[in-house]
Parts: sequence; structure tokens; C-alpha cells
Amino acid sequence: MARQMTGAKMVLQALKDHDVDTVFGYPGGAVLPIYDEIFQQNDIRHILVRHEQAAIHMAEGYARSTGKPGVALVTSGPGATNAVTGLTDALMDSIPLIVFSGQVATFMVGTDGFQEADTVGITRPCTKHNWLVKDTEKLAETIHQAFHIATSGRPGPVLIDLPKDVQFATGTYREAKAARVDHYQPQVKGDIEAITRLVELMETAERPVFYTGGGVINSGPGASQLLRELVDGTGFPITSTLMGLGAYPASGKSWLGMLGMHGLYEANLAMHGCDLMINLGARFDDRITGRTSDFSPKSTKVHVDIDASSINKIIHVDLPIIGDIGHVLEDALKIWKARGRKTNAAAVAKWWAKIDTWKKVNCLAYTGSEKTIKPQYALERLEALTKDRDRYITTEVGQHQMWAAQYLGFEDPNRWMTSGGLGTMGYGFPASIGVQIAHPDSLVINVAGEASWLMNMQEMGTATQFRTPVKQFILNNERLGMVRQWQELLHGERYSSSWSESLPDFVKLAESFGWKGMIVSDPADLDDAIMEMINHDGPVLFDCLVEKHENCFPMIPSGKPHNEMLLSADAEAFKGGGALV
Amino acid sequence: MSALKIKKGASSHSVYDLRDSHSQVESSHTLAVIVDNEAGALARVIGLFSGRGYNIDSLTVAEVDHKGHLSRITVVTRGTESVIDQIKAQLGRIVPVHEVKDLTVEGTPVERELALLKVAGTGDKRVEALRLADIFRANVVDSTLESFVFEITGPSAKIDAFADLMRPLGLMEVARTGVAALSRGV
Ligand SMILES: Cc1ncc(C[n+]2csc(CCOP(=O)(O)OP(=O)(O)O)c2C)c(N)n1
Ligand SMILES: [Mg+2]
Repeated sequence: MARQMTGAKMVLQALKDHDVDTVFGYPGGAVLPIYDEIFQQNDIRHILVRHEQAAIHMAEGYARSTGKPGVALVTSGPGATNAVTGLTDALMDSIPLIVFSGQVATFMVGTDGFQEADTVGITRPCTKHNWLVKDTEKLAETIHQAFHIATSGRPGPVLIDLPKDVQFATGTYREAKAARVDHYQPQVKGDIEAITRLVELMETAERPVFYTGGGVINSGPGASQLLRELVDGTGFPITSTLMGLGAYPASGKSWLGMLGMHGLYEANLAMHGCDLMINLGARFDDRITGRTSDFSPKSTKVHVDIDASSINKIIHVDLPIIGDIGHVLEDALKIWKARGRKTNAAAVAKWWAKIDTWKKVNCLAYTGSEKTIKPQYALERLEALTKDRDRYITTEVGQHQMWAAQYLGFEDPNRWMTSGGLGTMGYGFPASIGVQIAHPDSLVINVAGEASWLMNMQEMGTATQFRTPVKQFILNNERLGMVRQWQELLHGERYSSSWSESLPDFVKLAESFGWKGMIVSDPADLDDAIMEMINHDGPVLFDCLVEKHENCFPMIPSGKPHNEMLLSADAEAFKGGGALV
Repeated sequence: MSALKIKKGASSHSVYDLRDSHSQVESSHTLAVIVDNEAGALARVIGLFSGRGYNIDSLTVAEVDHKGHLSRITVVTRGTESVIDQIKAQLGRIVPVHEVKDLTVEGTPVERELALLKVAGTGDKRVEALRLADIFRANVVDSTLESFVFEITGPSAKIDAFADLMRPLGLMEVARTGVAALSRGV
């Protein structure tokens, strides 16, 4: 049924048709017609942010924690340019977003009009796709296509740039099912012959390991379920990237912990020593592989990914399978069962015995303290006191992020939101608000560093206004800790600009926005304080003063192979080693 | 999005025959990229090459199917086999890209380029330029008493050779279209 309506109304109609309940945004001249439509309806909630970057991160948090696409709305010019960091973040981490930006009227485009920016030009490399819509007749179809492209194949952010006259003009609203999306239909089923070969490899492997990534999460909860079945059925060890945590439960018996630059000793050595590596939806990022020429030298490598360009980009693999993880896992399980559920159990048991010797190194051990709160201790206590709750965790970027990945356990997918690919300081706080909007009754905690947290602290107002009881758990080391760690290990302890100077009084800051503020410095007070934070019905800014010069280990200095990992005791000997990136 | 079309074959532990070794030898490939004829499609392709540091030796674009709204971009690029594979896979991810054909893998393609060359000179040089143009089957499309504009079509190497010969004879300006290419046979 085709109906006539204005472009602005079409935006709202299309959002409703795609079951959108929330839009994160910030108004301005070029989007006023859309804001006028928002005002006149009650189906879609608009969350007014305090900075457009935060709108995108909130939409990311919303998307990652629900599996639905996130939606944001920004004005032209500065509104759009402020969104660029968030778009890049979402592109790197494959988060589905639909972002609308206002634009000057079509007859003004190209004249350097007030608040004009070449938004499609600027965002072309940081979106999966983008459109400048010049004709209201094409708007509805474009929005439907945008939802299709953002959510199918490897997900990602898309942007629709909307000139103001297109919002005002009247056109025909076409239904979603009439939209042409036929030429963009990524392959979801994997090649059965290749999957059979994977099963054959699994049947004979002596030292197998599953290496899983964000693709498993993006494939949906069904994929995580199938992964658990396959891992537990075969008894093979499993490790995951930062982005894939929660796909396999941390309490599962085959779990090795995270791998990579700050991954666990046993996980990295298993990757180095395996004879069969099964990569499910991970992309051989440089934080994972270390020096590629020495990466897992003796293994047959299988790579399952929905994005053909991820295959053989960094590491040459022996068996590529292009398809959706869930579909491929389903076929793999079916074939493995039909062939009699075979594994080389004796060899795999020997492999586990070897892995157990690595586990005994206890790589996450740290020196405790009665006087100061060690950041690792703070996270251990946070884990102990919150793990049985309906809990979502976001993080900022830095040492605290890596410690959170090491010391917190994730039992389910979509419970862990962190900026992996771009490493965006300032991500975690707005993301936590986005998660809380989607899950109003859950416990949402942002594990933060004080420096990262300040990068989007203006969102305190948003949290207060929309009554999101987010808990900001700041591991305050008064340092740009991760930068300081590199300077200590690689730059002769010359701490160039890595202090957090002139920090605010976080308690007063919290109170000024109507939040609860807390400050804790004595390890003995920590448990009670964490409980007080959890039990407070409202947003809490938790200033946890921690050891200032703690380093995050294990660490594979960049450009080194997995078996040259530094443990805390090795660090002293390594100083001055030099790393590239 | 086009899937990797890897030929099936046999290697030690792979169902797919990827490549014998990870060759570091660079070779030139002519790619035909079929895209929706819409604003920004060319920018996406060019942005991919510059953003990811790939080479463009030649690039041409024009609409080839008015009804279907499709353009054909012909790119001549260089790289090791794995870089070429990456380029094709990355091109395949661009939403308005319908198809990526590697004409070099399908066999030596038919490649043609058109060039216009302005050569100024009098006396012997002028006569020699005209004689060489005849040998290369270049046409004179403009002439004054002191100059010619030659039109020449052929593989890029032929145009290079002709331009080299014209240089000492008073070559002033060259305009080249870039390569248009089709695979041979059906
Ligand atoms: C926007 C941005 N700028 C700079 C960096 C580089 N960087 C990575 S970690 C870090 C320090 C983070 O400090 P803090 O948030 O206090 O965390 P800590 O490492 O101390 O736990 C910096 C500056 C970044 N990742 N993002
Ligand atoms: Mg810090």
C-alpha cells in the first residue's frame, strides 16, 4: 500500500516498520523536520545525547547487547563530523547501525552553505555503505535497503544523508517488502565439501584449538549454542578474541581464556603449538597474531568467515569456508555426528595434559596488597559480587579494559561491549547508557579508566535525564596507564604526557549531575562499596583509587611471536626491547 | 558480495588449491568491475585503492548498460598474487559492485587504449613523424603547418612505443584514455 507523506514522516514510518523503539540523537537546523515528527508520535523514543559521538556509541551498545541494529540521528556539518569516530568504531567491530544525518537543501549542496559538510564523502570510508538521498520518492526504499545492508552479511554502520528539502517534500512511501535488495545477498551457507573436510581434520587432529571471534556473536545466540555443542562434544580447547568473549562460557570446561597481546599464557601457547586451528569468525588481527611469520607455525588452519576479504588477508589458511558461523556450525555438527562423533581422543588428552602444565604457570597471578587496591583485585571482587546477576559489562580502552577481559567471566554472548578494532577511549560510558536503555532492569557496569572516562563525561546529563542507573566503575590510576606501561617497557621510563593531571573530584562531579559519587582507596572497604554501588537505584560514579604503576601481563610485545610472551616476572629483563606498533 | 571463486583442486591438506607458495612476484592484472551507475560508485572504488595502498596503473569507466544502470570500471593494477586476491575480495565487499572479473586470470584479455598525441615540428622532423604514424597506423585528426594531432589505438605498449618515437620529433602533449579490456572467446 503506497501512501503519500513528507520525507520526515517517512523516516519515522520506516523506523516503525523495522521495529525500532529507540533513536539516539541530537537536533540541529538540518534535521528539524524529523524532530518535529518525533515530537508528534509516541512509538519511538528519542534519547537526547550531549555529543553526537556518544549517540553513535550508545547505538552501538544498544545493538551489541540486543542483536538488533542501533539507530542514531544527527544534524548536518558538525553533527555529522562528530559522528565519524563512532562510525569508524562500529565499522571496525562490525556493529549494525543506521545513522541519519541532516544536510543542507539539495539546491545548496556544493555552495559551502552554513553547516554544510560533504558527509557522504567524509563517511564513505567509515561506513559499510552510505547514501545522499536527493529525491523524496527514493527515500523509503533507501531506508529499507539501509536496514538490509547494515544487518546482513558482515554487519556494519550505514549512513543516510538527508537534505532538508527532501525531508519537507512529499513523496510515496513504499513498504519494506517492495524494496530492491536482491543484488546484496551475502552467502550464508558454507560449502558442504569444505565443511566435510573440516570434520575430517577434527577427527584426526592431535592438538586442535578453536579460535573464535566477534563473528560468532554477530551470527546470533544460535551460533553460540551450536559452538558450545561442538566444543563440548569434541572436548577441544577453545580460546577467543576480545570481541568474541561470551560465545563460549568462561565456566565451560574447555575454556582457555582470551588470547592475543594481553591474552592468557595457555591460550597463546595453545595457538602456537596446535596442529589444527579452527578460526570461527575472527580475523587474525595483529593484536592476536603478533609476528605473522612465526604465527602458529605447525598448524593446519581453517577459517570460517562471512566476509571473503578476511580470508588470506593476513594469514594464509589451508581451508577457507565462506559463510555464516551459525550455518556452518550447524552443518559441521550434523556431519560430525553422522560420521560417528569421532576424535583422536587419546592424542587430545595428551594435548590437554600439556595445556594443563601451561595453566599451572598461573599467568594472571599478581602481587596483592593490604594497603592499596590492585586493579586486578578490584576486578576479582567486582566479578565475585556481580557474576550471578543479570549483568552487562562495557569498558573504555586501556589497561583496565584488558584486565576486565582477563578477570571477568562471560557466560553468554551480548553481555560484553568493548571497543576492539578501533580502541576508542570514550566508548564505554555512552555504550553503557545504550545498553541500559535496552535493558532497563539489568545491572550495567562500565569498567573505565579515569582518562578514557573523561572523554565522554558530558553524557552524565543524558544518564540523569533518562534515568539510566549505569554504574561507572573507574579504576583510577591517575595515569594513561596503557601508555605509561609502554613507556616503561619500551621508552626508557620516560613518562611523556601520560599523567592524568588536574582530575576532577569525581564525587562532587557526580553529585552535581544528581548522581551518587563514591571514592574508595582501602582494599578493606572495597566489597561493601561495590555492594553499595550495585544496590543504589540510580547512576553511580565509583572512583576506585588503584595502584598507579601496575602493569598488565601477560603481554606479547608487538612484533613478537606468541611464545615470546612476557609474564610479570620477565618484564624487568625485557625493558628497552622496542616494539613497532 | 561475490564469494571467493577458488578453483577446487588438490594440495597436501586443502580442499582448495590456493597457491603453490606465497609468491612475492608482482604481476599486472586487468580487472573489470561492474558497478551500479550511481553517484559515488567510482569514488568508492578509487577510495579503496588509495585507502588500502593498492596500485592503479590505469582506470577507465563508462556506462555500459543504460537500462540496467550499470557501469564498467576497468582497472589495471599490480601486486603479488595474495594482494591481487585481496583487491578482488575487497572490491567484492563494496555494496554497488555487482561483479569483479579478473581478465588476466581468465587468459590474456583483449586490451585497447586510445591516445591523442600533439607533435610540433617542421621540415625533416615533420616528415619523419608522419612516416612513423603511418607505420603505427595512427590517424591525423588535426593538422596545421607546424603541428599534427595523431590518434592511435592499441595495446598500451604500442602507444608507449609510439610516444617514445615522437618525443625527439617534437611531442608536445599526450592524452590517453586508459585501458578498455574484454576477455577472449565466450
Ligand atoms: C581516543 C583515543 N586516544 C588515544 C588513545 C591511546 N590510548 C590507549 S590507552 C590510553 C590510556 C588510557 O588511560 P585510562 O583510560 O586511564 O586507562 P588505563 O590504561 O589507565 O587503565 C591511551 C591514551 C586511544 N586509544 N583512544
Ligand atoms: Mg588510567
